[in-house]
Amino acid sequence: MSDTTQNGPMLAADGTPLKRSLARALRRQKMRALMLISPLLIFVLVTFIAPIADMLFRSVENQMVSETLPTTTQVLGEWDHSAGEPPAEPVYEALYYDLFIAAEAKEHTKLGTRLNYEYTGVSSLFRSTGRGLDDLGDDYLDELEEVDDRWGEGAFWYDLMTGTGSTDEDLVAAHAKRLEQLTGDKLSGDVGFAPSTEIAALLPKTTAAYADFAVYTALVDGDVVAEEDPWESVYVGLMTDLQTADVASYSGPEAEALQTAAEAAQGIEYIPLKTFFAEEDEDWLNVDIWATVQTYSSKYTSGYFLNAVDLQLTPDGIEARPENQQIYIMLFKRTMFMSLAITFSCIALGYPVAWLLANLPASKANLLMILVLLPFWTSLLVRTSAWKVMLQQQGVINDVLVWLGLVDDAARLVMINNQFGTIVAMTHILLPFMILPLYSVMQGIPPSYLRAAKSLGATNWTAFWRVYFPQSVPGIGAGSILVFILAIGYYITPEIVGGTTGTFISNRIAYHISSSLNWGLGAALGAILLAVVLLLYWAYDKIVGIDNVKLG
Amino acid sequence: MAETSDSGAFVAFERVQKSYDGETLVVKDLNLTMPQGEFLTMLGPSGSGKTTCLMMLAGFETATYGEIKLDGMPINNIPPHKRGIGMVFQNYALFPHMTVAENLSFPLEVRKMGKSVREEKIKRALDMVQMGSFAGRRPSQLSGGQQQRIALARALVFEPELVLMDEPLGALDKQLREHMQFEITRLAHELGITTVYVTHDQTEALTMSDRVAVFNDGRIQQLAPPDRLYEEPENSFVAQFIGENNTLEGTIKSISGNTCEVQLDDGEVIVARPVNVTEVGQKTRVSIRPERVEMDKSRLQEGAHTLKAEVLEFVYMGDIFRTRLRVAGNTEFVMKTRNAPDQVRLKKGQQIEIGWLPDDCRALDA
Ligand SMILES: Nc1ncnc2c1ncn2[C@@H]1O[C@H](COP(=O)(O)OP(=O)(O)OP(=O)(O)O)[C@@H](O)[C@H]1O
Ligand SMILES: [Mg+2]
Repeated sequence: MSDTTQNGPMLAADGTPLKRSLARALRRQKMRALMLISPLLIFVLVTFIAPIADMLFRSVENQMVSETLPTTTQVLGEWDHSAGEPPAEPVYEALYYDLFIAAEAKEHTKLGTRLNYEYTGVSSLFRSTGRGLDDLGDDYLDELEEVDDRWGEGAFWYDLMTGTGSTDEDLVAAHAKRLEQLTGDKLSGDVGFAPSTEIAALLPKTTAAYADFAVYTALVDGDVVAEEDPWESVYVGLMTDLQTADVASYSGPEAEALQTAAEAAQGIEYIPLKTFFAEEDEDWLNVDIWATVQTYSSKYTSGYFLNAVDLQLTPDGIEARPENQQIYIMLFKRTMFMSLAITFSCIALGYPVAWLLANLPASKANLLMILVLLPFWTSLLVRTSAWKVMLQQQGVINDVLVWLGLVDDAARLVMINNQFGTIVAMTHILLPFMILPLYSVMQGIPPSYLRAAKSLGATNWTAFWRVYFPQSVPGIGAGSILVFILAIGYYITPEIVGGTTGTFISNRIAYHISSSLNWGLGAALGAILLAVVLLLYWAYDKIVGIDNVKLG
Repeated sequence: MAETSDSGAFVAFERVQKSYDGETLVVKDLNLTMPQGEFLTMLGPSGSGKTTCLMMLAGFETATYGEIKLDGMPINNIPPHKRGIGMVFQNYALFPHMTVAENLSFPLEVRKMGKSVREEKIKRALDMVQMGSFAGRRPSQLSGGQQQRIALARALVFEPELVLMDEPLGALDKQLREHMQFEITRLAHELGITTVYVTHDQTEALTMSDRVAVFNDGRIQQLAPPDRLYEEPENSFVAQFIGENNTLEGTIKSISGNTCEVQLDDGEVIVARPVNVTEVGQKTRVSIRPERVEMDKSRLQEGAHTLKAEVLEFVYMGDIFRTRLRVAGNTEFVMKTRNAPDQVRLKKGQQIEIGWLPDDCRALDA
């Protein structure tokens, strides 16, 4: 009685509110359960979820452009492609130094390949230009060495750049970081160089180029900076700086040499970098190429996904791909259609078999079950190849039809390397996945229901359709989900018997993963496929209810 | 269905045999006729062929030999769904994917009845089994007894002339079972339905039926109204199977008309009524119902035989006393006496004399 008069919350024996103490007990239970399964959970996460997540991440990841050409993309930011003019000199200057270190690190061809997905021809442009970058610096060096031999010596340069007074450590650190991003490796160690702030202010481009060289030499090659001859890009930097720099007032180490060089530079023909690139390949003046670089300079892109649905990201926004390149939507549709066709033919063939299995006497049912499971015991490749033998134009079926006179010898049926062949072979391969769940559901339907229906006045057909069939629907549902999801991602069979008209989207994914190496696009296609499956699953759950599915 | 044939037999089994495997006969030479409106129970131990008979009648099994006639027509000529036989299955067989109302509607729909007619009939059938408020439920949401009633309503809703029920009350508790027994008989008689009811519960058989067919070993051992079955069993199987029964073994000493003398195995001689014994010297089993055993000499006939008995056990059961005795070497001999005010309560080890009327003592086959 006292319980009913009590106003506050119910209390446990130790005086804490009952709810809280219950929650605590439950939490403890859950923690213990979680701990028990944690090894498995970690295993699954590490070996299964993580690679898939990584793969899917590749479908939006686009760090390559901004990491390989960090300065260029930054300077290019203000450029407006719609004016129809190629970018101005500073962009080409940035490109030169970006490309130079990328070429040293052999990263520029990768970028070329990446941009080639978006604009055909970029790949060869990058590769050929990468080879010519040194020439310009070499020319300048030849001219400078005529003034003073020491311009080609590493030690001389090291003294000049180190200077006296305060040094700029941050600049070197920034360049080291950029190199890390470029190569994707973790770099450690001491560079053994830092430019003097005075020189850095006087000769900024030279300093930047030299810092790149120093960082690369020390951290990647593992050499001493002072002992190595500088890169050609440093001379290009020097020449550029000397066009404007006021070196007369400089008094640090090698100031004299610098001043002499500055005087001599008046007589050396300076080639602006825009002109240099235009001479290397006039495509560098192509607005579209620059627009592409600009479009893909962000870290993440929807480009792969758009590509996967036959669209493309252009500087002017999203556009449809050219007619002759639109294949993915068609492939998705075909994959859907064929998976559905396979599912339906599996239902049509599997239902009677499952019914027999469930209703035959045990000994015969066992034999039949073995026959159903037999395909699992032979290699998938063997089974698929067997269909090739059966269906090809000189194959068993055609031979029989010709022999029976049903088909003319000259007009043998084409049943392989097309959709028909794929549907036939895949139906055969996936049939057990339909039969088994159907069988397990049908086994649970007692024969007395059919008898009851008949005793109530139903004909055989009505009894089946109104009483038996509805109860077997969960089996059809389970089988269909299994078969459809397996079919939609099937790869080997369509590859072997599909020809060109019977291939699935998964064959295209495989192509991008292993042949064209366009992993981003492959990942995007895979992600879309996954989304479609989840969507269908969700729709199925809404319409049929997933708890209506019995797998065994 | 055509008019009842003039012979009055609505259902007739004529020399029916059934074998599943071609080696053993599960039903041996079954002959049975039922007039319309009768409530007949098939009673028998497990495996005696009751369900088989029912299935042959319903058309789910075919007789190996002989003929089954329904309303004068050989049943083989009518497919199961046209026989108009309502059936209640051992496990109810309510369609799990349909509601109660849909289950009941099913036989009406296949008979192409209109919606309003259907609804009215369903309502009437549900009210009949007092389940009117359960129309929207699924069978899985009903208790065993409720499912049973729905199964009954479904078997009756299309107004069949013949209803078959195969151990419909097997899964119910005692109280519900008794209630349903009453309900079923009431409905059957009210609606004038011919009913074949299968059970292996003899009380059920005795309380519900017009006639009971006792099955054993594929044969009908006796077909009689309940009282005759109980009081006048025709062979020792029936005597043993129906109700509690005492048997004493012996040999026929003499027979004359309605009486015979039986010499029991310990030498005592008693008078009995010969039922299926014919010759002197034949082995016999004498059957006496426990409640017909008397220890009060004044209630016995003049000069009636009495036997000595030793009380082995005395059980107080409320309305009656149940006394286990040793009689003529049989230690399982039971006597039931009414708990009347003047009734003596016996003690273990007490020696008494017991007797009975010769008519209550039936000499049966050994
Ligand atoms: N489908 C079948 N195939 C082979 N033998 C069967 C089949 N059905 C029943 N039998 C056999 O026939 C005999 C009679 O079976 P039946 O089902 O008629 O018994 P029953 O009297 O209904 O028993 P219970 O009271 O246990 O239900 C049994 O011995 C049984 O083993
Ligand atoms: Mg049975």
